Amino acid sequence: MNIHVSDPVSDSLNDIAAPSVIDRDAVISHHEAKSLLRFMACGSVDHGKSSLLGRLLYDAGLVLDDQIETLRKDSGQLTGAVEDLDFSLLFDGLAAEREQKITIDLAYRFFATDKRKFIVADAPGHEQYTRNMATGASTADLALILVNAQSGLTQQTRRHALIAATLGVRHLVVAVNKMDLVGYAQATFAAIEREFRAFADRLGAAAITFIPVSARKGDNVVKRSAAMDWYRGPTLLDKLETVDVTPRAAHQAFRMAVQWVSRPTPDFRGYCGMIAGGEVRPGQEIVVQPSGQRTTIDQIITANGALDRAGVGQSVTLTLTDDVDVSRGDLLAEAEAPAQVSDRIAARIFWMGQGTFSPGGRYHIKLGTATAAAYVAGPMQLIDLADDAAIKPAERLMSNEFGLCHLELDRPLAADRYDQNRETGSFILIDAETHDTVAMGLIENAGTAEPAAAPVKTSLLGKAVMRVARLFGANESHTRSIAKAMSWRATGSLDTFMIGWFITGNPTIAGSIAGTEIATKIALYYCHERAWALVPWGRR
Amino acid sequence: MNALARTPLAPATAAHSYLDQLEAESIHIMRETVAECDKPVMLYSIGKDSSVLLHLAMKAFYPGKPPFPLLHVDTTWKFREMIEFRDRRTRELNVDLMVHINQEGVQRGIGPITHGSELHTDVMKTQGLRQALDLNGFDAAIGGARRDEDKSRAKERIFSFRNAHHRWDPKRQRPEPWRLFNAHKRKGESIRVFPLSNWTELDVWLYIHRENIPVVPLYFAKPRPVVERNGTLIMVDDDRLPLEPGETPQIRNVRFRTLGCYPLTGAVESEAATVEDIIRETLDSRFSERQGRVIDKDGSASMERKKQEGYF
Repeated sequence: MNIHVSDPVSDSLNDIAAPSVIDRDAVISHHEAKSLLRFMACGSVDHGKSSLLGRLLYDAGLVLDDQIETLRKDSGQLTGAVEDLDFSLLFDGLAAEREQKITIDLAYRFFATDKRKFIVADAPGHEQYTRNMATGASTADLALILVNAQSGLTQQTRRHALIAATLGVRHLVVAVNKMDLVGYAQATFAAIEREFRAFADRLGAAAITFIPVSARKGDNVVKRSAAMDWYRGPTLLDKLETVDVTPRAAHQAFRMAVQWVSRPTPDFRGYCGMIAGGEVRPGQEIVVQPSGQRTTIDQIITANGALDRAGVGQSVTLTLTDDVDVSRGDLLAEAEAPAQVSDRIAARIFWMGQGTFSPGGRYHIKLGTATAAAYVAGPMQLIDLADDAAIKPAERLMSNEFGLCHLELDRPLAADRYDQNRETGSFILIDAETHDTVAMGLIENAGTAEPAAAPVKTSLLGKAVMRVARLFGANESHTRSIAKAMSWRATGSLDTFMIGWFITGNPTIAGSIAGTEIATKIALYYCHERAWALVPWGRR
Repeated sequence: MNALARTPLAPATAAHSYLDQLEAESIHIMRETVAECDKPVMLYSIGKDSSVLLHLAMKAFYPGKPPFPLLHVDTTWKFREMIEFRDRRTRELNVDLMVHINQEGVQRGIGPITHGSELHTDVMKTQGLRQALDLNGFDAAIGGARRDEDKSRAKERIFSFRNAHHRWDPKRQRPEPWRLFNAHKRKGESIRVFPLSNWTELDVWLYIHRENIPVVPLYFAKPRPVVERNGTLIMVDDDRLPLEPGETPQIRNVRFRTLGCYPLTGAVESEAATVEDIIRETLDSRFSERQGRVIDKDGSASMERKKQEGYF
């Protein structure tokens, strides 16, 4: 990759005696210290996504001579202006894609300016390839959404924006392309912006920026447009270079899924993983989830020496002060703010498999570094992307559809809500027979009865009772039913004792009758209560 | 060249530069491979990407050693300096190295000069790799390929599956959302794992510079004997390279941007004698890296086809 460097640091050094030496070294350190932005590029088929990316790279001086030569050869244009080259040929990699002139699979592109390195997930626009877009969005901080100024917003544009927002992409940049073909009219741009904002309440917390561009002429891509002096916002490259890239999970509680246990010598035991939330320091109290054992961080070990703190995105090896049982799949979490632990999770599902996804299905789940068996429980709902993400009851999900459902796991796992942590709040489902990755999952809630409850330790019996009760699907909480049973029993048993004493005149007999019925009637009342909960009759 | 230019540079101080993020991601991928696979191996081709990969493996499993051996598929036509470097480096780091040569190819006398680049690469490299993997029952091979090297590589997953015949099917790739890699194999399948997928040539050099990683001296310019053929400078590394009538090796100041079999690897004229020089040259270059490779030019979609046949 080639970069034209013209930063103020090197410019100001030009009049010093041996400028080249200092200048060059500064350049290298400068490149080493750059930040990274992962973004996704998407847009409807003819809205000019490849042309825009091509223009971006070309104007930033990043398309190399031999690539242009290959491009000319491939597009059969050995002469002529660079503007007329088909930049999509630069990108579409697989032979099938070049033949059909469409992008089928997700491609990753890389470029760097003097401010940042960029990893671009170049996603196809066709609906049947939505899974590739969802994959690209899962790690992106920004989504570049192309809109053709001539045709305006389409169904696909809305769909792309919804997918990006659902997958937690924080910044949406709507590039209104082909402005040259509408006479650079501000009114056209403003109308598209108005229309987009009208459905933006569906996009959650994502920040939206609108930029009028012309990929063909280069307006507002890297160079500010002279033809659109009415536009005062950033150019596309400005936006990409300045948008905040601090991961949201940096502000959350400490999390690290244990990937591998390192035991090079009998007296060393280290837990390897990448930090998924917050930061960690030696001496910090943590909890091992799902087991719930508490312990303290001893050291943060890296090949460059022990660290006094480590944060999100760092791959480290942690040692603990106590000899607790930790293995791959466990989550190390901040003791005061642990993750939810449950064998039942409510999730948004994006179905990518060949067949349908419906209640009763069984899959392997991979959540962080943990795996378990998962059973799909109802009820299921469809998130209809064609209807601005309206939620509708559904029997099943078809390929490339989003939905909501519950999963029952064969063991409890630790997890967070996806909107709080993308790493600990996401999972994939794996088909047990084909071993394909068939679904992406975004956790809505991993609590059992009360969504707000932190890990509740339920007894084995309690768990069994709740599991049976859950099958009835009652909409009153189990804790509430049990509390009601107990308060009723206290009142009732006192009454029984008084009546028994009055009739028999013997407080011991009255006491044993009342004592026995406490146990039998609590159970009876609970079942009675849950049975009533199933009957909708008479409810208001 | 100014002496001051070679003053060692202070390592980057920014805690979370993009290089830190690339490093952490690659370490994560290697650890995931070891945790999910039964018998992984790391392909070591001696080039700069392999040097970075080996360095990352040492870091990923520190204070332990990488829990997998290194495998070099030797085509018998590598530069002599590469083999010397390989043996020295693996000895210094005390890591297990396995060298595999396709003996069947040797018996048939296959070579790039007599049989052409395509057949030579297929027999000695592609078939050789398949033999070595099958022979040892390796179920995952970690390699240093990068997505920026070729258009078809840009679409390849980090955990990339091969069927029992080591074929890659670009249409049957699993999605890889977040950092959740699915390493479940079907019967007979094996995995190629690419921890450097998101690195570019410049990233590799900046990281080599920052971490002070040793690389084969062939990357640095110095006077070397070369002959010019079809616009490509070929180094006369030993007496197996037949000279055409009237052809005499000339001494030119050259270096290599990529390293492979010496008769198939073009040198570039250069003054870059240090890693810093190479970074500057890469920043200013107007040509992409694999341009010097003869084998990639066999056809427009050649890399995609080779990969489908099991080339790494």
